[in-house]
Amino acid sequence: MLDPLILGEWWKSFLEGLGLSSGWIILINAVVVTVILLGFGLTSVLFLIWLERKLAARVQDRLGPNRLGPYGLIQTVADALKLMTKEDITPDNAERITYNLAPGLSVFAVLMLLLVIPFGPGLIGVDLNIGVLFIVAMGSIGIMAALMAGWSSNNKYALLGAFRAVAQLLSYEIPMVLAMAAPVILAGTMRMNGLAEAQGGGRWFGLVMPAMFIIYILAALAENERTPFDFLEADSEIVAGYHIEYSGLKFAWFFLGFFLNTLLLASIATTLFLGGWQGPFVKQVPILGPIYYFIKTTVIIAFFMWERATFPRLRIDQMMAFAWKVLVPMGLVLVLAAAAVAKLPVGTALQSVILFVVNVVVLLVALGAIGRHLRKEAERYKVEVRPMPTMS
Amino acid sequence: MLNSYAVVGVYLLIALAFPFVVLYIVSFLRPSKPNPLKNSTYECGMETIGDTWVQFRAQYYLFALVFVIFDVEVVFLYPWAVAYNKLGLFALVEMAIFIGLLALALVYAWKKGILEWQ
Repeated sequence: MLDPLILGEWWKSFLEGLGLSSGWIILINAVVVTVILLGFGLTSVLFLIWLERKLAARVQDRLGPNRLGPYGLIQTVADALKLMTKEDITPDNAERITYNLAPGLSVFAVLMLLLVIPFGPGLIGVDLNIGVLFIVAMGSIGIMAALMAGWSSNNKYALLGAFRAVAQLLSYEIPMVLAMAAPVILAGTMRMNGLAEAQGGGRWFGLVMPAMFIIYILAALAENERTPFDFLEADSEIVAGYHIEYSGLKFAWFFLGFFLNTLLLASIATTLFLGGWQGPFVKQVPILGPIYYFIKTTVIIAFFMWERATFPRLRIDQMMAFAWKVLVPMGLVLVLAAAAVAKLPVGTALQSVILFVVNVVVLLVALGAIGRHLRKEAERYKVEVRPMPTMS
Repeated sequence: MLNSYAVVGVYLLIALAFPFVVLYIVSFLRPSKPNPLKNSTYECGMETIGDTWVQFRAQYYLFALVFVIFDVEVVFLYPWAVAYNKLGLFALVEMAIFIGLLALALVYAWKKGILEWQ
């Protein structure tokens, strides 16, 4: 009942009824899948930009966009139209080819990830058997686009932004990839749909491995260039980072890539750690799958936006040290722990409990080490750490 | 299996073409009135002094090198993770030794001061 896959069956029989050869059917299906995914990605970005502006406004006690349409919903469409009619400036000193390729590549890199996100049971662009590896590989094209944009602009701010992009995105790629490896060990597959299926019955990997989930979320914040890790575009230091010279639609492409990346990082977090489309009654009523998926993803996106509106920026040395001295060792220990626990000769439930305890212990040890380090720093610079004055 | 890669191929082509085709179409909508001032490098109103592509700090290079070590590790880690349930206890010991060696490299880089941002 109410299975979205019925539509697929109907579509298949419709195509076969037309008497086309199997090659044509594959091609038409591929084009339909592409159009649906691209349409979904672009419309959701229009909504996400509105949501980010509205949420940030509420956090900062403003109203946000509220003129165009109900609650300002059409504001983003108007902005997109405006950007389309703006002049596109290529600076005289820029490397023309690389400069013009970079914005398109940054959109392409994130669009590719949409292909392997499972929205519901069986509702997935292509259930590649190398899904997670595909995500890691395609994700790194985005880093290349940032470097290309920054280097080819022939602008000092842009070049600094590109260097920071390489340093930051590369450093946080490692803990992220380690965090994504742990669910693969537990599920024994890299297929995204298989990973969601493996988390049935409330055995969400994010609950079994809370420390891994936290590592992933922190690395995702850094990969998405959000505060406290927004060094690539730090407005007060390097103006706008690698996309400083871009105008018009090319500038819009960087923003499209940014918001698509938010959506996709949240989707991957949902699939790997929060059970994807899994939830109560999803077996009886498959249409609930996409609804669960959207609720979970929206919660994570809202967390990302809330966090961006709240926190100040770190220092760059703190940011790098956090990746290499805290997240990477934690990730290595937890990957080994997940592997070791999976080989214990006890039931799955007991394994989950043991893994949970190990995760909490590692998290506490890491927090303790950070706390000790901060106290030492405070002593070294003789900064008095005073307790907050309490209201009375 | 091959059919699913046909979808990947079509999707890849369209996703790659999409941003550039839209840029081309929109180029008929927008004005194009370049002038030397507009096309100069942006630097808050000042003219830039000297070359942009100067020597950059070796720090970035060192981080990139450490990254390569761990990225290669990932290439080995994922196939191992997929096949892990089918492998014996040997796989665990093997990966423990491998990750241990890499952790040793990280400790070495740490002690050497590469991870300090100066």
